[in-house]
Amino acid sequence: MAEPKFRVCLCMFWAVCPKDDFQEELVIRPLHSGDIYASFQFRTLWDTDFMRENKVSHYRLFPKSLGQVISKFSVRELHISFTQGYWRTMQWGQPFIPSPPGAELWVWFQDSVTDVDATWKELTNVLSGIFCASLNFIDSTNTVQPSASFKPLGIGNVTDHSFLRYATLPREIVCTENLTPWKKLLPCGSKAGLAVLLKSEKLFHSSFHSQAVHIRSVCQDWQCKTTSWELRQTVNSVFDLHNSGQAKREWSLFKMFSRTLTEACPLASSSKLYIDITDNPQGEQFELSPATSLLSQAVVLGDRRTFSVYDLTQETTFGSVRSLNLLIRWKSNEGEMLRPLLHAERYVAGYGLQTGEIHTLMYNNHPYRSFPVLLLDSVPWYLRLYIHTLSVTSKGKDNKPSYIHYEPSKDRVKPHLLEMLIQLPPNSVTEVTVQFERALLKWTEYPPDPNHGFYVGSSVISSLVPSTVAMDTNSTRERPLFSSFFPCKEESSYFVRIYTEPLLVNLPTPDFSMPYNVICLTCTVVAVGYGSLYNLLTRSFQIEEPNPGLAKRIANVIRKMRGVPPL
Amino acid sequence: CALHVICCNAGQFFSSGHTNNWAVLVCTSRFWFNYRHVANTLSVYRSVKRLGIPDSHIVLMLADDMACNHRNPKPATVFSHKNMELNVYGDDVEVDYRGYEVTVENFLRVLTGRLPPSTPRSKRLLSDDRSNILIYLTGHGGNGFLKFQDSEEISNVELADAFEQMWQKRRYNELLFIIDTCQGASMYERFYSPNIMALASSQVGEDSLSHQPDLAIGVHLMDRYTFYMLEFLEDIHPASKTNMNDLFKVCPKSQCVSTPGHRTDLFLRDPGSVLITDFFGSVRKVELTMDAINLTDPIKQMEENPVNGEEQKEVYSYADQLPVSEIIHQKPKQKDWHPPDGFILGLWTLILLVFFKTYGIKHLKHIF
Repeated sequence: MAEPKFRVCLCMFWAVCPKDDFQEELVIRPLHSGDIYASFQFRTLWDTDFMRENKVSHYRLFPKSLGQVISKFSVRELHISFTQGYWRTMQWGQPFIPSPPGAELWVWFQDSVTDVDATWKELTNVLSGIFCASLNFIDSTNTVQPSASFKPLGIGNVTDHSFLRYATLPREIVCTENLTPWKKLLPCGSKAGLAVLLKSEKLFHSSFHSQAVHIRSVCQDWQCKTTSWELRQTVNSVFDLHNSGQAKREWSLFKMFSRTLTEACPLASSSKLYIDITDNPQGEQFELSPATSLLSQAVVLGDRRTFSVYDLTQETTFGSVRSLNLLIRWKSNEGEMLRPLLHAERYVAGYGLQTGEIHTLMYNNHPYRSFPVLLLDSVPWYLRLYIHTLSVTSKGKDNKPSYIHYEPSKDRVKPHLLEMLIQLPPNSVTEVTVQFERALLKWTEYPPDPNHGFYVGSSVISSLVPSTVAMDTNSTRERPLFSSFFPCKEESSYFVRIYTEPLLVNLPTPDFSMPYNVICLTCTVVAVGYGSLYNLLTRSFQIEEPNPGLAKRIANVIRKMRGVPPL
Repeated sequence: CALHVICCNAGQFFSSGHTNNWAVLVCTSRFWFNYRHVANTLSVYRSVKRLGIPDSHIVLMLADDMACNHRNPKPATVFSHKNMELNVYGDDVEVDYRGYEVTVENFLRVLTGRLPPSTPRSKRLLSDDRSNILIYLTGHGGNGFLKFQDSEEISNVELADAFEQMWQKRRYNELLFIIDTCQGASMYERFYSPNIMALASSQVGEDSLSHQPDLAIGVHLMDRYTFYMLEFLEDIHPASKTNMNDLFKVCPKSQCVSTPGHRTDLFLRDPGSVLITDFFGSVRKVELTMDAINLTDPIKQMEENPVNGEEQKEVYSYADQLPVSEIIHQKPKQKDWHPPDGFILGLWTLILLVFFKTYGIKHLKHIF
């Protein structure tokens, strides 16, 4: 292949060899409901130091716009995601990379930053330009500083949460204009490799679409004495059986993406396609063609899964037609999906536009193990929470959280922040309720379409869920990208983060034509009333004789001529 | 000889006096039934991109999202012709201001350049005194105003003053202003800055009408004036010599039902000598040379620090994602100092006791 020779030539030119690496992979998982889940991951690793004085000037695989953002704003970790749709855990299982509806941004800054809030504001503005999104609406009214959630996913011992900022924009729309700059960050763009499959007309015609960028420091090798920067770009999509699949349980790359694969990205060191065949060991559930002999096993999300692997860097994968169009044809409908151990729901109860109640339900479906969950709720200031009505009940009994952190809101300055560590008993439903009152906003604070309602961002539930198989804590072996996102410290449990639904609440909305009506009415009343009064007071009245008849008028004229006073 | 021909064409090439092109395309309407306004703006965006203006020189403002709207039967598409013939949204679109960001204030700030310092480059109009700017507005309007997102308006006086500010700050060489709203001609009545040419889709007192609905999508797809202007622009390519007089003839009353108007009294050049590509296309300066140029090697050899294998570096590790015991014992930081518990109670007890000591115990029975 041309690639290794190219790199060797570069090494001869410069004293320093650029130590960067790019890998791409696509995981396709058929779901029991007939839908299909596709997860793309593109990872660029680069051994460089963004924080040193001489600015990094030569970028090869790592995108320059993100590199400049990291060095200018002293970013330690950056996670941004844009999602359209809501992930249905009970029907689809757990995603590889979770994300809430709308836009979500959380950043860990380096210790050297003195004014975190000002840096945060500038960072959101710059990112809004890079991703063509309205991230400039992130300000102090929707930013929180979690005290226990969102620990860094990369290297680091720092746990001073004053360098962490988290914000979410549930109203943010994701469309082609966000995908276009995202694709331009990839080394091969959308011209070669797996990224040719990212066509917006098919991706946005899905039940769920999420694209994210994750930047963090990772260990370079198993000794972990040096670190390198990792940039992961991920796309998670779930294609609906009826919408995109025309109700036939037969999926192919062409049907999902309207494209087939013809080559791997020449700059990638590995380019693989994984199909999850755990539920299909003998091929009785579905049939996969073209067949492949490469198999791989990985422990991901607490389960050992088997995958058929297609290596796109090998010419033989594409066959004689020089293109790979994977076909998955279902044969039978049986099979039970593994029930997810943890899932959550949230809704608003109550009636009227004065008060309401937020209910969050968390389900623990494990038959005998209990585990802790950390619930993070960030509620905007215009829903005034009454924390004395907060109640956490499991199986009908009160369940006291072992850690509560509450930061009250300040009108128009900051939102509510509620973090609780709750132990979920086995096989139970835990319900968290809190009552709130709706505030009346000032006239200019309403958006142009206030009757749509106001969004409350998703709650974040972070948890260590017990795993059915031993998790892989050994990071020496090469692991597929989808299993190496969340770091694993112990074998018996794995870390999972789930997001609840965002809420849509109506605030009491005034009638916006009232200022105009009031001005008209007041002016009319003032004009009529004052005008009449003024006339009554200042006008002098004279009695006027009615118009005399014709005969009298002629007589008056004659009398005037004679010089005699008129009649 | 060939060189002479090149020189003559070069002279003609630079006759307009501009060196770069910008475009500010604004759709001011929200809600699904105003699909046609977004389609109008996107069709002008498409033409302008096709004729050479890059995304970095286009400020596109769309007040609502139609392509990924949940009512759109074909997501990620915006069509301009019925039967879904032409998708003007495309695959390579960059919207700079979207949704609630499209306000009168942001529009005027973009024009005059008074933006907060942290605004990214893609959201700024970085024009200079040699820029030709195309400004296209569409939405709902009336006599003397244009409605933004159903909640505010911009008046023709404000717009004229904004253009005067741009002239005073030397932010444009020539400006072409196109507006497709009802009573659009009222918006250019008040202009008083030089070098502005204006086109509108209807006169004062007339309504601009929409072209045709698509029964599958359920809304009207385009306005008539922009529809016929798009047809006209599809015939233009970067080397066309069509001039503004042809653009004035687009959409006569028989097709448009309203009477399009134009205003050229403030413009110095004759409209017949102004090429369409002066505003819709992009100038590319090409210098031909036959000499060879030696390039010096700009790459400096970097000194790499010799990696000392025996050096003991600290071992890094990943942070614990949910350290339960650490969290439980974590005390939240107290920002404000509060007096210790029971202090206030003790203080009041002390005050009461002192009171009863001085004034005698007999008062105590009145309390209890």
